[in-house]
Amino acid sequence: MITNLEKKEKVMENQIAGKSSQLIFEKSKPGKRTHLTPNTKSEPAELRRWIPSALERKREPHLPELSEPEVVRHFLNLSQKNYSVDTNFYPLGSCTMKYNPKINEDMAAHPKFAHLHPYQPEESVQGILRIFYELEQWLLALTGMDRFSLQPAAGAQGELLGMMIARAFHRANNDTKRRKVIVPDSSHGTNPASAALYGFEVVTIKSNERGRVDLNELARATNDETACLMLTNPNTLGLFEDEILEIQKMLHQKGSLLYYDGANMNALLGVARPGDMGFDIVHLNLHKTFSTPHGGGGPGAGPVGVKKRLEKFLPAPLVDKKGDKYVLNGELPDSVGKVKSFYGNSGILLRAYTYMRKLGIDGLCQVSRDAIINANYLRKKLNGTFVVPYPEYCMHEFVASAEAQNSFGVHATDIAKRLLDFGFYAPTVYFPLIVKEAIMVEPTETESRETLDQFVKVMEKIDKEAKESPETLRLAPHTLPVSRPDEVGAARNPILTYRDFISQKS
Amino acid sequence: MSYFPLTEEDRKQMLSEIGVKSFDELIGKVPAGLRKPAIDLPPGVSEFELKQYLENILSQNQTAREMLSFLGAGSYDHYIPSAVRHIISRGEFYTAYTPYQPEASQGTLQTIFEYQSMMAEITGLDVVNASHYDGATAFAEACLLALNFNQRQKVLVARSVHPEYRRVMKTYLSGTDFQIEEIPFNASGSLDMDAFRKMLDMNVGCVAAGSPNFFGLVEDLDEVSDLTHKHGALFVTTGHPLSYVAFRSPGEWKADIACGEAQPLGIPLSFGGPYVGYFATTRSLVRRIPGRLAGMTKDRNGRRAFVLTLQAREQHIRREKASSNICTNQALCALAVCVYIATMGKEGLKNTALLNVERANSLRERIEKLSGYQVPFKGAIFNEFVVKSKRTVALLFEKLYKKGVLAGYSLEKDYPELKNHFLVTATETKTEEDLDHFVKLLGKI
Amino acid sequence: MFSFPRNLKYAKTHEWARREDKRVVVGITEYAQKELSDVVFVELPQIGQEVKKGRPCAVVESVKAAFDIYAPISGKVVEVNKQLETNPAHINTSPYESGWFFVLEPSDVNELSELYDSEKYETLLQESANG
Repeated sequence: MITNLEKKEKVMENQIAGKSSQLIFEKSKPGKRTHLTPNTKSEPAELRRWIPSALERKREPHLPELSEPEVVRHFLNLSQKNYSVDTNFYPLGSCTMKYNPKINEDMAAHPKFAHLHPYQPEESVQGILRIFYELEQWLLALTGMDRFSLQPAAGAQGELLGMMIARAFHRANNDTKRRKVIVPDSSHGTNPASAALYGFEVVTIKSNERGRVDLNELARATNDETACLMLTNPNTLGLFEDEILEIQKMLHQKGSLLYYDGANMNALLGVARPGDMGFDIVHLNLHKTFSTPHGGGGPGAGPVGVKKRLEKFLPAPLVDKKGDKYVLNGELPDSVGKVKSFYGNSGILLRAYTYMRKLGIDGLCQVSRDAIINANYLRKKLNGTFVVPYPEYCMHEFVASAEAQNSFGVHATDIAKRLLDFGFYAPTVYFPLIVKEAIMVEPTETESRETLDQFVKVMEKIDKEAKESPETLRLAPHTLPVSRPDEVGAARNPILTYRDFISQKS
Repeated sequence: MSYFPLTEEDRKQMLSEIGVKSFDELIGKVPAGLRKPAIDLPPGVSEFELKQYLENILSQNQTAREMLSFLGAGSYDHYIPSAVRHIISRGEFYTAYTPYQPEASQGTLQTIFEYQSMMAEITGLDVVNASHYDGATAFAEACLLALNFNQRQKVLVARSVHPEYRRVMKTYLSGTDFQIEEIPFNASGSLDMDAFRKMLDMNVGCVAAGSPNFFGLVEDLDEVSDLTHKHGALFVTTGHPLSYVAFRSPGEWKADIACGEAQPLGIPLSFGGPYVGYFATTRSLVRRIPGRLAGMTKDRNGRRAFVLTLQAREQHIRREKASSNICTNQALCALAVCVYIATMGKEGLKNTALLNVERANSLRERIEKLSGYQVPFKGAIFNEFVVKSKRTVALLFEKLYKKGVLAGYSLEKDYPELKNHFLVTATETKTEEDLDHFVKLLGKI
Repeated sequence: MFSFPRNLKYAKTHEWARREDKRVVVGITEYAQKELSDVVFVELPQIGQEVKKGRPCAVVESVKAAFDIYAPISGKVVEVNKQLETNPAHINTSPYESGWFFVLEPSDVNELSELYDSEKYETLLQESANG
């Protein structure tokens, strides 16, 4: 087995030599010009007057100089070193790596959108304002909330906004004792980070043996100091919080608010609505549920929906309809402020609306149905080969564990790395924190049964390798341009720019 | 066109393998009262119908490029080479995930590293993160970093910093006990140094100013920088990044943090987003810098490799002790900036910066000669400047809009004392004919 | 397996304390460094800083995690291990010797007796491993 891999590695070495990891700076050569810009026609004396010596840049920036064909080849070769949804299956739990429809990209690149300046007169942007308005109406219908702000640029920013709204609400009620936010121990890291960033004290409660919020723990933690409970439903184990109605009753009775982290909304379209469950504040991740692309780490969008009593705290401006005109309403005296400049990630909002409109309510309901079927199918087929700590029906994702493989000295990381050799991106590993050696799997609805069957086959092969040749896993991946980069070295001695690299060399 | 690969046959067989008779059994745990709500939304359509519907709505927009636009004020229309759009439209880039698994993400990671390197050169500072949501949030996070770093309570921010940046900063600081005080500007539109000197006390942990400021003026920040550092506070600057190629960089002003909007470097106007906030600091702040960082290292075979590094500061590890809660950032936009800089090259950027200086100065000199208009702030500018008109700005704008011209940004709402003042922006996209036409129209009105 | 030198006192949060006349040297145990795996960075307290028993006063970072270090007793920081700034690996290779964190001037020497001796700490580790 290992000999074959060694051979394969040699082949890769030769292939890789042709696809070096040279930086664009290393390919640069003075005298090369890509973009020929018109030259300035001004006299040097004029330029000196306009750029006085005291204000002139003294040390020239060291920027690359290449011709256009070289630039294009550089970046396109780099693109070939990426896995992507367009090319690979990404069963990443909590990320909803679904197909990104191309019509979305066409609409976002449309000149009638791309060249709109945010400060143009309202009468000249009625088209985009109408799209924002209609997008909001669709989000309200899908979530059961009363008003949405489209401003936050990401889920985490939506959470921060949610924390601001919670505080403003309690303050308005002269309820200044409420300094605590409760999160379950299975929550996504951004939840406590957002709460703490806004000055709240984070109280973490343990989940019960069913993997859900423990009602007794929750009762003990909830009091008149509780500002908010942050939950996602289904939770990060892919399990529906079936006691949600009791939870919302308990929290509301004690005067607290409920916040819904919409990261798992892909399970709920047409299945249930957070507004109906009693959530007061909701954020959605348009780059998850609503198909806008992940972009290698953004941009996304995290619109926030609220119930009526919290409307007045939303950031300005909101998009209102007055007769047949759409207006930007900035008259919100109780608003918590602005979390982002201009109106939000407009291009992402346009993409999401394109998607929703294309699918319609029937298509959107099918999204969650197929997502849930795919997840349960994988769960059933992997259970046994891998430990599945909560073997009941899951929703759109489930958590398995590499516990069984641990006895061969193999960890979840090794399994993840070995999957890369077979063209699959790894599932999320080591999250949620409450499952040992967690492997969180979310196939989404845009994967075929054939892909899922292939994935199961490979996972079973990896399990076999764990028993027979664990070294194969521990040294994986074997067929990619790099394998097991030294992350400790990178953190102890950070090389973060080309300049760092040059000074390290000397 | 379907986005659902499962066939009816697939579903039947899969449900059977799962061990249920119908899909509804899988959602049995959802309480009956909540399950399958009635939602009043229209059904799905074909791509053809979708396109018709959306294009019909978009046709009600009249874009800045369809008119003659002198609008800037934080969002700038520069020429973007075609290669940029083609490169960022590669599915391998835009449909990739956050590069947590480095082996499968060397493309993304290397481009982030190159972006960091380029922005470090442009800002003249040492460390750059992989991007913030926009200039305003980068600015807010910069002030938070500074105050958390030296454990002081107050930030002094120039009133001539972009109004939206100040609003967002205020919002971000509202959950803390930090105080904000605004440094006024003087009659020339620059920082009021007398007022500033009086405001500096031992409570001040951060001083934030812009150059170019919101009025387009390039300010001499030497004294502000020195005084700030003498007081043990950190100096934060913000400004149009292309200006740093011609004018002194934040590093040359001895800024501790340089932040702002990198949209002008390769992102179309896009009605305000998605944009990309740049965030650069000196080396000493590297462990406190929020957001993602790509680092260079070697893999187990000694090959060069790139990884996300210093992640222990981030939300997914530190949780409530993280220095910021940022997760998804604006990676694809940072890629666009990287490609723009690579495509423009050193010479292209320098030339373009000079063209901006030329256009704006030329226009300002000509408007100054017109009767009915004044130029109150005469200092050095990059690509925008303030004009004072005899007529009310609302009236002026309306008349010009009817003639297909966006004259600029009215300053009265954000600066009530600047009645009848407006901000005019002339980038390299404005030709001589455009400037002639504009001056002529202004003269006529 | 792990070693727990007898001349040290231990906190349940895995710090150790070594009394040297009027000074107390503080570090983390071998168990703690193993849990952390390779240390990449340490944020040490400032010299002159007052620390309180049981309160966080330093941070230790690995690639995958960051942990607070709690002051085992109250006092004033009089010395910090500058070596750790450039070479945090000392914490992994020599947690009881060259991997020391800082030195305190204790404000109440009696607090030392509230810490565990090596046997008790070892028992505690075994209990949490089983239970």
